[in-house]
Parts: sequence; C-alpha cells; structure tokens
Amino acid sequence: MSCLQIIGDYAFRSLGYGERLLPRSDFTLCHQVTLIGSGLIWNIYFGALALIAGFFLANAVALARASRSLWLRKPAEWFIFVFRGSPLFIQFFLFYEAFVLLPRAGFDIPLGLVTLTVETDWLTRAWAGALIVLFLNTAAYSAEIFFGALQSVPRGDIDAADAFGLSGWARFRRVLWPTMLRLAWPAYTNEAIFLFHATTLVFFSGFPAFQQRGDALYYANYFADKTFNPFIPYPIVAVYFILLTLLLTWAFGRVNARLNRHLPSNLRPGIRLRPQLIR
Amino acid sequence: MFSACSDPSSLDGLAWLGCYLTTGKHIDFYWSFLTVLILLAVTAPAALAFGFGGAMAARSPVLPLRLVGKGYAAMVRGIPDIVFFLFFVIALDQGLEWMLHQVRCPDWTDPVRQGLEFRVCPEAKIPSGNAAQIWHRLYGFGLAVVTFAIVFGAFAANVLYGAMQAVPKAQLETGESFGMTQRQVFHRILVPQMWVYALPGLSNLWMILIKATPLLFLLGVQDIVYWARELGGSKTSAFDYPHPDWRLYYFLGLLVFYLCMTRVSEVLLGRLTQRLTRGQATLAGDAQRKPA
Repeated sequence: MSCLQIIGDYAFRSLGYGERLLPRSDFTLCHQVTLIGSGLIWNIYFGALALIAGFFLANAVALARASRSLWLRKPAEWFIFVFRGSPLFIQFFLFYEAFVLLPRAGFDIPLGLVTLTVETDWLTRAWAGALIVLFLNTAAYSAEIFFGALQSVPRGDIDAADAFGLSGWARFRRVLWPTMLRLAWPAYTNEAIFLFHATTLVFFSGFPAFQQRGDALYYANYFADKTFNPFIPYPIVAVYFILLTLLLTWAFGRVNARLNRHLPSNLRPGIRLRPQLIR
Repeated sequence: MFSACSDPSSLDGLAWLGCYLTTGKHIDFYWSFLTVLILLAVTAPAALAFGFGGAMAARSPVLPLRLVGKGYAAMVRGIPDIVFFLFFVIALDQGLEWMLHQVRCPDWTDPVRQGLEFRVCPEAKIPSGNAAQIWHRLYGFGLAVVTFAIVFGAFAANVLYGAMQAVPKAQLETGESFGMTQRQVFHRILVPQMWVYALPGLSNLWMILIKATPLLFLLGVQDIVYWARELGGSKTSAFDYPHPDWRLYYFLGLLVFYLCMTRVSEVLLGRLTQRLTRGQATLAGDAQRKPA
C-alpha cells in the first residue's frame, strides 16, 4: 500500500471520513504520521475555538475583577480562583460527569403557547463538552493576565486621556484597552501555547473518543499500545506540536508587532517563551 | 469496619452515610490522598536536583555538556508535558528491562523486539514475574516519580538557569578577584544569592506540580482519580451500599481538595517570599524597609 493511498484513507479519519477501521497490523511510519496528523485537527479545533471565545470572556472577567462593585468583583475572583486553582484534568472529569447527569431526553421549557425542548445529549460529546471546559479554563487564565496588565497601565497614559477629555467608554476603548492588550500580549502568547498543549488531555479524561475519532495524542497512544514501541509515535506528536508552537509564536508575534507599532523599535517588547502553565 | 455497619441494608440516613464512608474501599481512597502527598514530597526535591544539574550543565564551559543542559531545559517548551508522561513511563520500563537483559542473559539470541512485541528473558523482568502485587505497585509508582522528576526537572532547570544568570556578574567577578576558584565562586556567591531570583519561578512550579498530580491516573497508579471513578460509579443492589451515579460528588470533593492545596500553598509561599526579600536590594525589599 503506497503512502499516498494511506494519506487518502486516513488523513481525515479523526473526523469520520475515509477508512472506518484503524490499522491493526503492519504499521508503517506513513500510517503513524498520517493518523497522528489527522488527530491534530482536533487539537487545533479545540485550541483555536477556545482561544477565540475565551478572549472575549477573559476581557469581561478581567474588567469585572477590576470593578469597584463587590457584586461584579467577587464572582470574577471566584471564577478565576476555581479554574486556576484546580487541575484541568479534574475539571474535565467534573464537567463530564455533570453533563452526563443532565436528563438525556432534554429539558422542556414551556414558553406559553410552544414548548421548547433543549437537547442536552451533545454536551457529553467531546466536541462540545470539552470545548466548554477549555473555553472557561483559558478565560480564567487569560483574565488573570489581562487583569494584571490592566493594573499596570501607566498612570501617565490615563492622565493623558483625561487631558484629552476622554472618559468612560471612549477612554477605555482608545487608551486603556489597547495598552492593556499590549502589556499582556507576551504572557497571553504563552497562555495560548499552553492551551494548545492542554488540548491533548481531552481524550485522556472523562470524554470518550466517539468511534475512535481522537486527537493526536490519542492516536499516538494507540500506536504505542499496539506496537509496544513508544520511540516512534510520541516523537511524531512532539514534532507536530513543535511546529504548531512555532506557528503560534509567529502569528502572535505579528499581532505583537502591530500592538507595539507606535513604539520606537528598540523599546518594543519581544515575546519570550516561558514554560508556565500546566493545568 | 464498625460492628454497627454489619448489615448495611437496615441502615438509613446519617448512619448509612457514616458506614458508607468508612468501608474498606473508602479507606483505600483516603490513603490514596497520601499517595498524592508522597508524590509531591518525593518529586519536588528530585525535580529540584534534576533542575539544578540541568542548569549547571547549561552554564558549563564544555560545549557538549552545555548543549545537553540547554536542550533538556528547552524540551518542555514546545511539547505538551503529557506526551512526556506517556512516553517516559514506557521508555524507562523498557530501557531498564533491556539493560538487565544485557547483563543477566548475555547468551540470549532472540531479538528483543519481535514484530510488535518487546520480549526480554524472564530473569530481566522488573519486577520478577512471581513478585507480590505490592512490588508491581511500588515499581509503577517509582516509574511515575522518576517521570515527574524528569519533566519537572526540565521546568526547574529553566527557572534556575534564569536565576543564576540574574545574579549580578560584578559580584562573581569580585569573588574571582579575591582569588576564589570557580568552584568557590559558585558555592559561596552564586548559589546563596540565586534563590531569591528563583523563588517566583519555583513557587509557580510548585503550583503546577500540585495541579499535575492527577496525571498519576494516566500512568496507571491507583490514585485519587482512580478511586473517585471506581467508588462514584453507580452501584446496583448487588453491592452492600447501592447508590446511583455519584461520580460528580466525588470529583467535586477532589476539586475542593485541590483548591485547598493551592490556596494554602499560595499563602505559605507568599510568607516565604516576604521572609526572603527582607534586606534584599530589590523594590520589594525596599518596601519592607520603609513602611509608608
């Protein structure tokens, strides 16, 4: 069987297209590279969607955390504490069990004339359930980063905004928020990288892989179990993730350059990779 | 366990709950919390030692050693740590058995890797085939500890390398000008001073280590996650204590356990930082000197 044929059969196996059964014997390097790469689609799906959605929630939570009102600040603090203080692994289990306990048939919400039935079945599937957990988790971690950045916006910037007669929303939109993003961006880049790393936990926690459609590590683990040889599949995952990390660093570096474009070139902060977050 | 619990079906309410929570399996569950604490207690110093070695190697004047040290510190950056966890447990196991195989069975002619199997001679099995169950468990736990130490050693090497670089160069040069050897400069000037710079990174690492302990479950150790799943699953009336699916509550318990652990660590590490910054020539040290 030629490698091209294997790629045709297995490149989208993780999404349910192509060959139904996973290879059972005669594993070639091509099989492993193709299937693990196919699983990487899930890692990118989880990482990208959680990151984008989490960005908005993180901004809101960071603002609530910085708010003077106790009713906004306390819930934000607790949200951040719970999601940053506990392991992501436990969060996956906890949410999965909670989703399983929801009534399988769905809720009936009576709305006067019509009754709306809310399906809950899909929440126990990894594509939705795990995404929700990752979304909340990254929102909490990013909110802490954004909050820290918001606290370190230079006083001079705020004074300047006041001098220009900016206040309220205009001041936030034009001065506070861009500066906050600019200051937070290097740390946020690290957060994004480790979020993608954290996506490998999904199929090792409560969430089952439906019809063996798993992520990169799921397939690597499959091959390692079948061949008793960890020295091929795991390095393949490693190479894929190094490439993904480089790509992310490059993309975030472009945004960083744009956020700092008004600064003289010798003052622009670079992005340094720092290993910080295992959840 | 208690005599009042001999007939669970006749109990109800709090008595039932009290008996339920003291069954033998629950006692095992409580002991597994100790497993987590032991893991933390053993891994933290081991990882620190690995990290110290890595940081020293990364600063070495010998090029190959330096590359090894830097490579070790860099390996955790681009690759998810769980890959290392899954990889090292098998790789270490096979590596140890392979080495024993070479020593104990020099005349063994069959290849070790036969197709899809990894086969060493029976004398090289670890632990040996007829060993008691406890040895299998201890060996599994030992492998997990070494794996944790390797991975977290790489994180610690990063932190310690940065801290060693942060000690002002002028101080090291002063030591040299007093006629100290490199070894003396390292022991008397560099190491005592670097801890303050390393502390923020190390306390972060400690939090990460706490939050990584449930991964023991993936390494096949019977830890708290294993027991929470085992005990929480719904029990039919064939069991002494039938109950519906309670895994949610067990995991809620674990969540609270971890939140307490991180909260207590946060407070203690905050105090330690206060203590170590006293008298330091840093902003935080100045702030303590002149209470406004």
